[in-house]
Amino acid sequence: MSRLSRTDKSLLAQWWWTVDKGMMVAFFVLAVLGVLLVATASPPVAERIGLGSYHFLIRHVIILGPAVTLLVGLSFLSQKNIRRLATLVFVGSLVAMVLALVTGMEIKGAQRWIHVFGFSLQPSEFVKPAFAILAAWMMSMQKEKQGFPGNAVTAGLYVLTVTLLLMQPDLGMTVIVTSIWAAQIFLAGFPFRLLVVLVALGAVGMGAAYMGFDHVQSRIDRYLYPEKGDTFQVDLSVQSFQNGGVLGTGPGQGVIKMDLPDAHADFIFSVAAEEMGLMAVFVLLGLYGFILLRGYNRLMHSNDMFTVLAVGGLLTMFGLQALIHMGSSLHLLPTKGMTLPFISYGGSSLLSMGFSMGVVLALTRHKNRTGISKGGLSLTSAPQYKNAQAKAAS
Amino acid sequence: MMAMHRLRRNAIKLEGERSSALDLAHGRLVLISAFFGLVYLVFAIRAFDLAVIQAFEMPYESEAVDVVEVADRAETQEVSVVAKGRADIYDRNGELLATTLKTSSLYADTHLIFDPENTARQLVKIFPKLSYGKVLHKLQSGRRFEWIERNIHPDKIEQVMLIGEPGLDFKESYRRFYPQGESTVHMVGYGDIDANGLAGIERSFNNHLNEGRELHLTMDVRLQHILRREIKRSVDKFEAKAGAGVIMDVTNGEILAGVSLPDFDPHYPGGAEKDEIFNMLTLGVYELGSVFKIFSTAAFFENKNVPMSVTFDASEPIKVGRHTIRDYHAENRILTAPEVFMHSSNIGSALMGQAVGTEKLRAFYKDLGLLDTIDFEVREVAKPLVPQPWREINTLTASYGHGVSTTPLHLAGAVASIVNGGYAVKPKLVLDETGEKSSTDVRVVSAETAQRIRQLLRLVVTEGTGSKADVKGYRVGGKTGTAEKIVNGKYDNKKKISSFVGVFPMDAPQYVIYIMVDEPVGQKDTWGYATGGWVAAPAVARTVSSMASVLGIPPAAEGSAPDQFGESLRQFVSTREVSQ
Repeated sequence: MSRLSRTDKSLLAQWWWTVDKGMMVAFFVLAVLGVLLVATASPPVAERIGLGSYHFLIRHVIILGPAVTLLVGLSFLSQKNIRRLATLVFVGSLVAMVLALVTGMEIKGAQRWIHVFGFSLQPSEFVKPAFAILAAWMMSMQKEKQGFPGNAVTAGLYVLTVTLLLMQPDLGMTVIVTSIWAAQIFLAGFPFRLLVVLVALGAVGMGAAYMGFDHVQSRIDRYLYPEKGDTFQVDLSVQSFQNGGVLGTGPGQGVIKMDLPDAHADFIFSVAAEEMGLMAVFVLLGLYGFILLRGYNRLMHSNDMFTVLAVGGLLTMFGLQALIHMGSSLHLLPTKGMTLPFISYGGSSLLSMGFSMGVVLALTRHKNRTGISKGGLSLTSAPQYKNAQAKAAS
Repeated sequence: MMAMHRLRRNAIKLEGERSSALDLAHGRLVLISAFFGLVYLVFAIRAFDLAVIQAFEMPYESEAVDVVEVADRAETQEVSVVAKGRADIYDRNGELLATTLKTSSLYADTHLIFDPENTARQLVKIFPKLSYGKVLHKLQSGRRFEWIERNIHPDKIEQVMLIGEPGLDFKESYRRFYPQGESTVHMVGYGDIDANGLAGIERSFNNHLNEGRELHLTMDVRLQHILRREIKRSVDKFEAKAGAGVIMDVTNGEILAGVSLPDFDPHYPGGAEKDEIFNMLTLGVYELGSVFKIFSTAAFFENKNVPMSVTFDASEPIKVGRHTIRDYHAENRILTAPEVFMHSSNIGSALMGQAVGTEKLRAFYKDLGLLDTIDFEVREVAKPLVPQPWREINTLTASYGHGVSTTPLHLAGAVASIVNGGYAVKPKLVLDETGEKSSTDVRVVSAETAQRIRQLLRLVVTEGTGSKADVKGYRVGGKTGTAEKIVNGKYDNKKKISSFVGVFPMDAPQYVIYIMVDEPVGQKDTWGYATGGWVAAPAVARTVSSMASVLGIPPAAEGSAPDQFGESLRQFVSTREVSQ
């Protein structure tokens, strides 16, 4: 690759010189760690429920191919194509969600899955990134074109998505979508005062969920009053950290994972902590932190509102999912079934992450410079954009 | 040109707005980044806290194996994988009756077996009962958990370790053990694989024991073995179906021994037959026959202020409706009360019952607890069968033990309540460690009646049907009972329940010993007799003599006052038939 010349105008060369290679490497490292952790965490789970030892690992690896393809492939796309793709995915996911509600069978008290080619897909996983991109598009349009009701359209999309999510019901996903939207509104310059009101409304919504959904109530109760309910998973999770210590028991040597019901998915962070110790915990935290900070930093140099909003929303989704997963494992948050991006077993989650981060890589690519000059008269530091604007103006 | 200028101005204005919006967005990006950075930092600190500061050295013991084991347990007949903390049961002297011990069981994680053939060969050497083919099949099954052998001896653990296969491992479990084995099974009981008591004290005190609280029973293991041995001897000698018996302290109702034969090994209840599991002592209800004459006679003297010399005409059978009451040892003459008792005259007892009257006799039986389910620590107790409605004929038959069915335990309790001086006692099996007085102050008969019954019981042994129960110097008294069993609704004179209730020492009663034998067959050396006097009375005598030595009870000197107890009744007995 290094043979590619900076002056090479081929698609591959342009991509190579503009894409955020550091971030991409971080994703690959996560994916490799994920395979490693699923390999050690999933056999006990699979054996416990009577599947072959490597049932989950094989599926994880099979799905990882398309996920990485999405990650890399989408990073080639232009903004325009990303918007088109997102629109397609959004509409497709909504339709699939309706189908899941109508035809899908209930698993663990929720109707979230549809069956495609022998795999069960969770369409709500794909609606999150698609929503983030569409919302960013609409909001930035409002800033570009006066009179365009972008914010209102966004609100409509939000209500539609959340209604479908709550009908499943899938509260975790609802929290994520709400957070994406809140982050985007926040970035778009929504007044602080109104934000406070929204946060208050969110709190009321959580309260309502607490009152209205039994499983939510029991989870929060368990977090607040561990002595009252069944805290089996969280207790084991906390013990994993204690048992792991600094260096861990060694890969494959963990024993608590034998009993952890969701060791391969919602509690894979605990398995990492047990087998590879505090080191792995720091490495994972570092990787997620690196990706987030690098992504946000990249946005600091971007002058495109759509990019800022879309990538801001997607990174928030990515960071928040990791945050909730790790927070649950550490018993700092109520137990909420949430996959650890690129690590946990879960086909839909993996594909959705490949899609989301592919878009992030695409949008954070350095813009093609049309010339050596940066356009000295520019008020902003985005000469390329100004050129385009000037063209439009003249 | 103007238009161009305006456009440009608009463009610049838009540019300015966008620029300020972007500045705002960039500012807020910093806030979001800071949020994530901060939370991740908190996570790192929390992880450090757990992994370093709160780290534990204690090895974590996985419960995963147990999940497999539960499924596995259901398949095996194996018993008593009992909860770790289940408490012990002791007899009154601190002898262990039930305890929980740790045992090791061998299993294989076949993924870690490197050389299945060699391992199987070695295992078969250590456990000769295992077959090579089966073990090899297990080792090659590919499963993570396969039982090889349960509850193995500690020596074998070492031998297995020397094979050196990492895939062979041990699972420790806790098992219930009954050191006295089958001998105490009907009182102590037994449990299922999940530490739940299924019978006896193990069942009725299930939670108590699981909470780790010990129990001391009133049982004396030494007497338990004596009683079982002697009942078994009679059962074997008379080719009987079954036998049961009890030794009770008459002063407080404490059960010193309780036996029901056949019995079984409590470690393997799965292999026990139905009749072995059945506890005759508490669950069997039988018409116990003439032993009930003790109660009708007591009722008679309690209600009629008459001397011992009172007479009853037993010269002819009594006919009531279609029933005819006959005497088994027929004297066909007028009998005094002591003669009625010692010859076990059905006619005489029926006349006594008639004199007492239906209401009073029934009330008396009720006071003795004969008509109600016993409130006993062993919960497998049967309800007596009482005639409904109770007519006059029932009063007559109940006077000699027919038409009313009770458990053997009922009988022992009722006899104790009379001979102890007249205070009602309830059978009890758990030692009262609070030291409270356990007998009640409820009087069922007067001291005078109690004394008369004592004398009569002694007379039965010295002069009457129970002579084989005598043990020199120990003043045994008692009463025989031979009842025909009801087979298909009719009394079958070939199938008997032969029993004897003995009390000793008769001058100051301390123990009541009841022994019954189900369907004994007359033997040559008993001249074909299989009555209570021939079958059960000798067993009681043997029990008394062994008991006396174990408990260190000295015999009364010949001719001493205690030894002469009951002699005064001889004056009411015609001397010509002191034959039995």
